[in-house]
Formats: sequence, C-alpha cells, structure tokens
Amino acid sequence: MINETLVELSRWQFAITALFHFLFVPLTIGMTWILFIMEAVFVMTGREIYRDMTKFWGKLFGINFAIGVATGLTMEFEFGTNWSYYSHYVGDVFGAPLAIEGLMAFFLESTFVGMFFLGWDRLSRKQHLAGTLLMALGTNFSALWILIANGWMQNPIGAEFNYQTMRMELVSFSEILLNPVAQVKFIHTVAAGYVAGSMFVLSISSYYILKGRDLAFAKRSFSVAAGFGLASIFSVILLGDESGYEVGEVQRVKLAAIEAEYHTEPAPAAFTLIGLPNDDDMETHYAIKIPYVMGIIATRSLAEQVIGLRDLQKEHEPRIRNGMIAYGFLQKLRNGEETPENIAGFNATKQDLGYGLLLKRYTEKVVDATEAQIKMAVKDSTPPVAPIFFAFRLMVGSGMVMLILFILAFYFNARRQIETKRWLLKAILLALPLPWVAIETGWFVAEFGRQPWAISEILPTFMATSDLAVSDVILSLSAFVTVYIVMFIIEMWLMIRFAKMGPSALHTGRYHFENLSDDSSSLRQSNS
Amino acid sequence: MLDYETLKFCWWLIIGFLFIGFVVTDGMDMGVGGLLLFVAKTDLERRVVINTVGPHWDGNQVWFITAAAALFAAWPMVYATAFSGFYFAMMLTLFALFLRPLAFDYRSKIESTRWRFNWDRALFVGSMVPALVFGIAFGNLLQGVPFSFDELMRVTYTGSFLALFNPFALLSGVVSVSMLLLHGATWLNMRTEGDIAKRSAKAGQLAAAVMLSAFAICGVMIAQSIDGFVVVSGLDPSGLAQPTKKIVELSRGAWLNNFNNMPLLWLSPIISLLMALLAALILRFAANRFAGIAFMASALNCALVIVTAASAMFPFVLPSISFPNHSLTMWDSVSSEYTLRLMLVVVAIFIPIIITYTAWCYRRMWRTVTVQEIEQHSHTAY
Ligand code: HDD
Ligand code: HEM
Ligand code: HEM
Repeated sequence: MINETLVELSRWQFAITALFHFLFVPLTIGMTWILFIMEAVFVMTGREIYRDMTKFWGKLFGINFAIGVATGLTMEFEFGTNWSYYSHYVGDVFGAPLAIEGLMAFFLESTFVGMFFLGWDRLSRKQHLAGTLLMALGTNFSALWILIANGWMQNPIGAEFNYQTMRMELVSFSEILLNPVAQVKFIHTVAAGYVAGSMFVLSISSYYILKGRDLAFAKRSFSVAAGFGLASIFSVILLGDESGYEVGEVQRVKLAAIEAEYHTEPAPAAFTLIGLPNDDDMETHYAIKIPYVMGIIATRSLAEQVIGLRDLQKEHEPRIRNGMIAYGFLQKLRNGEETPENIAGFNATKQDLGYGLLLKRYTEKVVDATEAQIKMAVKDSTPPVAPIFFAFRLMVGSGMVMLILFILAFYFNARRQIETKRWLLKAILLALPLPWVAIETGWFVAEFGRQPWAISEILPTFMATSDLAVSDVILSLSAFVTVYIVMFIIEMWLMIRFAKMGPSALHTGRYHFENLSDDSSSLRQSNS
Repeated sequence: MLDYETLKFCWWLIIGFLFIGFVVTDGMDMGVGGLLLFVAKTDLERRVVINTVGPHWDGNQVWFITAAAALFAAWPMVYATAFSGFYFAMMLTLFALFLRPLAFDYRSKIESTRWRFNWDRALFVGSMVPALVFGIAFGNLLQGVPFSFDELMRVTYTGSFLALFNPFALLSGVVSVSMLLLHGATWLNMRTEGDIAKRSAKAGQLAAAVMLSAFAICGVMIAQSIDGFVVVSGLDPSGLAQPTKKIVELSRGAWLNNFNNMPLLWLSPIISLLMALLAALILRFAANRFAGIAFMASALNCALVIVTAASAMFPFVLPSISFPNHSLTMWDSVSSEYTLRLMLVVVAIFIPIIITYTAWCYRRMWRTVTVQEIEQHSHTAY
C-alpha cells in the first residue's frame, strides 16, 4: 500500500530543495547577461570603470553561483534517490533533456565560468568577452532544457505507454521540443531571472547612491540595470499572460484553481481579484470580481467558457472508471495473457490508465474499487485551491510593484535626476526581495497546481516515490534543512559583506574605502 | 542504421567513457583536495595548490553530472535502482559534494586563518568522502545488491547502509582513494614547483604503492572468494527492456569468465598496474623531467581500472544478490531504441565540441603556478 507519510515527506523534501536551488538560479541567469553587457561596453569603449563593474558584480555573482551549483547537485540526485518509480516510469522521455542539459549547457557554463573569474590576465579582451558570452548562453541553455523537461511533466506529449516495459516511451522528440507549455515556461522563467538580476544590481546601486559613495560606479550600474530590468519586467508580465493562456489550454484544473473558480461561469469569465476559496463546500466566499478579464487572459475570446472545478471533477469520474478497466487489462497483459483481445482492450482504454492509478491510494487491486473509493479519487483529482489562489496573487502583485519601480527608475535615470529622488532609491532598496517572492510563488503555483499528478494525467505523485523507510527521509530532510540553513547564512554573510564594501573590494585603489584613513582600512584588509 | 543491439552496446561504451572522463578530470580535483592538507603548509602554498585546479574544477565536475544524467536517459532502471538503493551512501556523497564549490569560491575571500583552514578541511572532506563512497559502491556492485521488482516494476531494496561496509567493498574504497590521490599527486607535481612539487611526488609514490597492492588483492579476491553472476538463459540482446525475464546463476570466480574467453582483456588490468608503477617510478627518480608522462600514466591507470571492472561485469551493471534473475544488464535495463538513437546523435555532436573548448581553456591557463604569482594576484586568485 501507499505510505502517505513517506509521500508527504518526499514532497516536502523535493519542494524545499527545489525552492532553495531556485533562490540562486534566477540571479545566475540574470547576472550573466548583465555582466556580459558591462564587459561588452568595456571592450568597445576601453573605459576601465566598466571593467571594474564587471569584476565587482562578478564577485557577487560568484558568491551566488557556488551555492547554485552545490544545490543543483541535489536536484540531479533526487529524481533517483527519492522518486525512483518516477525515474523508471518516465526516464526514457525525461532523462533525455536532462542529459542534453549536461552536454550542451552545464559544460559550457561551468567551463567558461572558470575563465570568467581567473582568465582576465591570460585571455585577450575579446577572448574573455567571448567566454562571458558563452557562460551566459550556457546558463540560458540550462534553463531551456530543464524547462523542456518540466514542461513535459505539465503537458506530456510525444510519448506512449508501453505495457511490456511498464513505462512511458519517447515517440516524438520534436513534439517535446516544441511543447507550447515548455516554450512559454522558458521565456517566462528566464525573463524572471533577468528581473531578479536587474533588481539586485539596481537595489545595491541605490544603496551606494543613497550613501553617496562611488557615485560614478553606482550610477553606471544603475543605468544598465534599469534598462535591462524594464525590458525584462515587460517580458515577464506579457509572457506571464501568455503562460495563463497556455495553462488555460492544457491545464484547465490549474487555471480553475488559480481563479478559485468552482462553478463554471457563463462567458466571458470574470477575474476574481481576491476572495476566500473553500474546498469543503467548493465555493469562493467574499469574492471581488472584475468582469471580462479572465475570459480574455485564458481563452483570448469573450465567447469561450473557463470551466469550473465542480465540472472538471465531473469529467474526471468517467475517466477514473475507464482507468479501472485499463488497469484490469494491464494486469492480464503483465501476467502473460497477451491475447489480441486484451491488447486491443488495453489500447482502447490506456489514455485513462493514470486516472485508474489514482485509486491505488485506496485499494491495491484498483479493479475492485468501491463507489466510495471512486468518490474519494474524484475529490483527489484537483489540488487544494487556496494556496494556489493566494500564491498566484502574490506573484502578480509583486510583478505590478516591480513594473512601477522599473518604470520610475528608468524615467528618472534617463532624465539624470535619480540622485535627488531619495524616496525612490529607498523604495528600490526595500524591493530587493520582490523578484524572489514572485519567483518562488510562481514555482509554487506551477508545481502545486499540477497535483495530484507528478506527470499530468499519467502518473500520480503518490505512486512516484522510492521504496524508502519514513525514517530515511526524516533523516535526509532534517540534514537538508540544517545544512541548507548553514549554507544560506554563510552565503548571505559574504554577500552582504561584499555588497557593503562595494567596488573597493577590488583593491584597485580607485574606490571609496581605499581613499580613507586607517580605521576603515581594516575592513579593506580583511576582504579579498 | 544501427540496430537496437548495437545501440545498447554503444551506450555501454558511452557510459563507460563518461565515467572515465569523470575519474580522469574530477577525480584529479578530488585527489588534489585530498592532498591539500599534506603537501601545502602555508596559506600561500595552499592557494597555489587550489589554483592549479581553480579555473577547471567546475567544468570537471560536469563530467560527473553528465554521467549521472546519461544514466538517467540511457539506463533509467539503473539510475532509479542504484540511487534509491544506496540512499544513505548517495546522501553522504551529496552532502560532501556541497563542500567543494563553496570551499573553492569562498575560501580566499576572507583573510582569516581560521576561516581558510576550515574551508581547507571542507575541501579535504568534500574530495575524499565521494572518492571513498564511489569505491565502496563499486565493491558492492561486484558482490551484487539486494533488490527486486514487483509486477509494476516498482523496485524494492532490502539491504542496509552498514552492510555496504564489507571487507571487499572497503578494499575497493582504498583502491579508489589511492588511485585518485596518485592522480592528484602527478598533477600537482606537474603544475607546481619547489616544496609543493617535492611533497606531491612523495605522496604520489605512497599512494601508488597502496593502490597497486589493494588492486592486486581485489583481483585475487575476485578469483577466489567472490561469486560472479552468469546469465544462463532468457536474455535477448535485441529484446525489450524487461529485466525480470532471464535466468541468472552465481558461481565462484565467474567475474573472470570474460577475461578467460577474451584473453586480450587481461591487458587492461596489466597495463593499469604497469602505469601506476611507471607513475610511481617517475615520481621517485625523474619527477621534474617526465612530470607530464607521469600524469598521463596515472590518467591511463584510472581509465583502465574502470575498464577492468566494467569488462569483468559485462553485461551486468547492477546484479541483484537477492533475486539474481532481476539483475540489471546493459541489454535489458535500457531506454527505448528511439531514445538511445536520439541520444547517440546528441553525444556524437557534443562530446567533440566539449573536448575542444575544454582543451582550449586548459591550454590558455597552462603554466606552473607559483607562490609569487599568487602573492601578486592575491585579490583575484582563489
Ligand atoms: C530555470 C532554470 C533552472 C531550473 C528550473 C533548475 N536549474 Fe539547476 N541550474 C540552473 C538553472 C536551473 C543554472 C542557472 O544553470 C545553475 C544555477 C546556478 C548555477 O550555478 O547554475 C544550475 C545549476 C545546477 C547544477 C550544477 C551545474 C554546474 O555544476 O554547473 C545541477 C546539477 C542542476 N542545476 C540540476 C538541476 C536539476 C536536476 C533541476 C530540476 C529540478 C534544476 N537544476 C532546476
Ligand atoms: C527550480 C525550480 C523549481 C521549483 C521551485 C519547484 C518547486 C516544486 C515544488 C514546490 C514541489 C512540490 C509540489 C508538491 O508536492 O506539492 C515540486 C515537486 C516536484 N517537481 Fe518541481 N520545482 C522546480 C523545478 C522542477 C523541474 C525543472 C522539474 C523537472 C524537470 C521538477 C520536478 C518536480 C518533481 C519530480 C516533483 C515531485 C513530485 C511532485 O510533488 O509532483 N521541478 N517542485
Ligand atoms: C504580472 C503578471 C504575471 C502573470 C500573469 C504570471 C503568470 C504565471 C502563470 C500562469 C504561471 C504558471 C505557469 C504554469 O503553471 O505552467 C506562472 C509561473 C511562474 N511565474 Fe509568473 N506571472 C506574472 C508575473 C511574474 C513575475 C513578476 C515573476 C518573477 C519575477 C514571475 C515568475 C514566475 C515563475 C518563476 C514561475 C514558475 C515557472 C513557470 O511555470 O513558468 N511571474 N506565472
């Protein structure tokens, strides 16, 4: 039988380690381009300050990068260690993009990261710049392939179940590549990374400007970040809308959960600004709605409906019953009764096998499920609504605030008035965590909204685990939490220390703390 | 067009190649990390050691990541079974591996003796624990691990963590650690000068002696006291991935069958031993003059140790001691034909590209790392 505690713990462990990995990933994704832009200006104009900018922001980037690599290793292991049935069931399809990611992206990124940090004296300017470009490309390729993998979990096309090997097998790689979910996911996610990188540089530069330190350096950094950030936040939001549209097409359950829409509303659907979703009576209380908006986002028309969760659950019930039949045939086939009738019977029902597997939670045999058990499986076939509903609003809200800040930053910077707008600089400094809030909640919506499926409509999450003892996972989970907290403290301590130092950390003799008297030079001494 | 059987064989070669790449490159970093505390006494010396691998450790580590990902793509059942079966061993390795990126990047950022010394120790642990665990895991593979599949191909594992630490496995652990230390020592001998190079050459001789004896004892044990696995019937090399349909038996010394059927294979362990010996001799008598040859010999030694183990087990990759019939082999625990073919094309395109730019980077960064150089660049070097 399924061990619910094991499933819960495995999910917590994956969620914690993935969300933690993704604290560092977006900054890497965004910073590589910002570094490339800064270095390109240096190579084109020969102005030293741009090299200093590249090196200084590169130092902060390096502190972040190291921990991104360390936590990425966990992710690489975890599919095998904690989701071994998942790895068996879909490895034939899912392993491919992961391996391509290693070959095409990680090698490039990691090889040239070394050149970025240590190759300044050994490469010509152009060679070094080319290395930085390759590093940035590697980072983005990495995002591309992992999101193709993730997009397939959300919308598993291009693959077929094989009862002989008891797993999904790849039939069309191009479908997986061109998966629309993967495409919008890629663009939305990397653009989110660009926003994070820009906000990081913008906020820390604001801090220097507020302190009146290293102004030439800070204002140039600010300009780069404001321009890049404005373009990025527009892309995130426009493509977030595209994401919404794609979700509306292929993941109707997730969309309904995002909207807390229990009842199918007549078209054009209204957008629920805020409310209190309740899964027990399947109603959203105190809802404040904006007419028309939802219909436009999700269906791009005013005539189509957005289907509510009650109706979606009704659609799932026959699929579960059909899945029971599929499971019956599968058992016969696995027992060696490979008669043409059994094969035909299985092929006719296998698209619902995943729904049949939902019953595994309640009965080992599946074919003998009672009406009560079927009811429970129907109830399980949609995720809890409230967390998704609120997480989504947090993401969009953060996005809107950042949009305003980037517009203002860009505007006043273009008019060369930014130094005098201290309120704006302070607001930008305070807004530093916002990209991370949006990004983490965004992932939560995407992944929790996929429940109960590990692979949409194919493999339930609770089936996907490894055969481990509960104590095994308690132990590893506690170790992850402890070690990650320690790593995080060390990283933040270094990051804050170097960010406060500013470009003086480069020891070029050109910056603030280096021109001061003795008391501050102790700070200078102790940082390299 | 290659047929399914040939594709499967190609993938056995490719996985082997990736693991060799991992051992020769990342294994070298691990050897260097393991030697750090012993061949370098002062802070500057330690920085010299670290900077010999500084620009390359991350790229080298990707051999490991890619080998794991290639297992996932080409041998998903092996990936699923080995990683979940060896749960604690994997977690131990993983937590040790966390230490290296942080140590490399953070160590020299703060000028405090305690801070730096702690990171040096972290680098040591992060290098030696994985080296040891990989060796121990290999030792257990050769003895078979206890797992079986149910009718839905869910794997159940019945072994315990402590059972992994049996004498033969520990001896394999010693082989792996000493082999990597030798490798790291030949590298440091080649890329540094003065005291560090001298101490490295000494350490390398010691490591080679340990490696040679442990490897030889392992060989004797395999012939005399370890059961090998033999497929008796029911395995179709061009068949589907159905690893529960064959009949497998155990018999004493059977891991030598492949060598006896194909005597050429004996060259692999023999040359491996000779190469370790050659490296040791050079380190003893001509450490300066033939440093490059010593390094190449050590690299060949690493590669051939893997070739030896893999050819002993062929076609097995993960034998099951509790249900030998459920053992995973490179014929029946693989991905579909379509996936193998697709990934073969990808590998054929990217491996040459990777090797090209990696070689370019090594060439650009090539020099003898000296104490003076680190002093001059104390704010940019690792
Ligand atoms: C959208 C981007 C993205 C996503 C969703 C993930 N990663 Fe990641 N990963 C990166 C983007 C990235 C990166 C930008 O390439 C990193 C982050 C920081 C870094 O140093 O490289 C990285 C590092 C990184 C590394 C170390 C690579 C190296 O040594 O250079 C590994 C092994 C993984 N990741 C594996 C994974 C796995 C198995 C994931 C699936 C759950 C995953 N990552 C999610
Ligand atoms: C790095 C960004 C990511 C974050 C922050 C993230 C977040 C999460 C979260 C919060 C969960 C738990 C959901 C739940 O159990 O309720 C989860 C589960 C999972 N995610 Fe992701 N995810 C990320 C990327 C990915 C990618 C790229 C993949 C695959 C390529 C992936 C595969 C999985 C799997 C296999 C599970 C476990 C099964 C499950 O609970 O559905 N994740 N992730
Ligand atoms: C303001 C308008 C926004 C809209 C309409 C929007 C929409 C969406 C939607 C619908 C998803 C779920 C996609 C899925 O499950 O497949 C999503 C996920 C996500 N969002 Fe947003 N988003 C917005 C803003 C932002 C911002 C400002 C950020 C960060 C800077 C962000 C970062 C993310 C991330 C990282 C994910 C998870 C990856 C993915 O599924 O694409 N979003 N977003």
